Amino acid sequence: MHELPITEKILAIVLRHAEAAGAQRVVSVRLTIGAASDLEGEWIQKYFDHLSRDTVAHRAMLRIERAAAAMTCPACGRSFEADAGAWQDARCPDCGDARCQLVSMPPYRIEDMQVI
Amino acid sequence: MDDVRLIEVKEDILADNAEAADALRARLGRDGTFLLNLMSSPGAGKTSLIERTAEAVAGTLRLAVLEADIDSTVDAERLLARGVHSVQLHTGGLCHLDAAMTGQGLAELDLAAWDVVILENVGNLVCPAEFDTGAHRSVAILSVPEGDDKPLKYPLMFRTVDAVVVNKTDYLAVADFDLAAFRERVQRLNPDAPVLELSCRTGDGLEAWVDWLRGEVDAIR
Repeated sequence: MHELPITEKILAIVLRHAEAAGAQRVVSVRLTIGAASDLEGEWIQKYFDHLSRDTVAHRAMLRIERAAAAMTCPACGRSFEADAGAWQDARCPDCGDARCQLVSMPPYRIEDMQVI
Repeated sequence: MDDVRLIEVKEDILADNAEAADALRARLGRDGTFLLNLMSSPGAGKTSLIERTAEAVAGTLRLAVLEADIDSTVDAERLLARGVHSVQLHTGGLCHLDAAMTGQGLAELDLAAWDVVILENVGNLVCPAEFDTGAHRSVAILSVPEGDDKPLKYPLMFRTVDAVVVNKTDYLAVADFDLAAFRERVQRLNPDAPVLELSCRTGDGLEAWVDWLRGEVDAIR
């Protein structure tokens, strides 16, 4: 459910940058969200299509990437990155310990966008 | 044909909420008021824990409550009946609170008159975890009947909080709840968060919870 307010924020940032760049149309937007987030990309796109009607961003394609999770191993101290989809089951690449801890997740961010 | 241009944005999506949350903490700090964000699924015991906490700190900490509810006043009325000062926030169908909504609720309180304000978030383990409310500390309650697997299903919630409360420990005897496994799952997500076991019904474990809360209140002063 919380996709809607987040999508409103995404659209506001996109429109601000589009206006500053004098864009006629926004083609695509690339954004990253945290590995542990429950945000559904499909819903963000649906809300975006709805909210962006009558703006230069209408029908822009959102390319949502899941950011990798920074992990650490409590047994040997090794730090490593785990894929967004697999961090919960991540084992230490050095010693194989299965109790690896999540260190940090990057904030949700709009990386860049393609405009005409 | 028009050329496609690439524009660098590099902007945090929740930056405006983060700014509003920091501003709220600054405002609370001027009056020395501690704000606690309490989250859990429906029925885990948020209101019960608030009632128990209010009893325990009566006479030593002045405690008020912000009640977030999608569309009812049941919890606020329950607290008022116990003499706990409570402000009702209607989220208008929204599944979570953000810093702006929390700020609106706090505006109805004379902050200088309260040492602690507990924000009872909307009952939900998903959405509230995404938004900084402006609270100094956040706590998740997990009740024994919900099961020890919840950190696996809702990792962000157990990741973002400063402490985890396990409520309804009086059910442990009849539930297949593995406390050691639960603790390990929380620790993988959030190594620094204490896990506090208690029962709001029997009162077991409440002292450690109240001690933790007092320590955190003192830490911001």
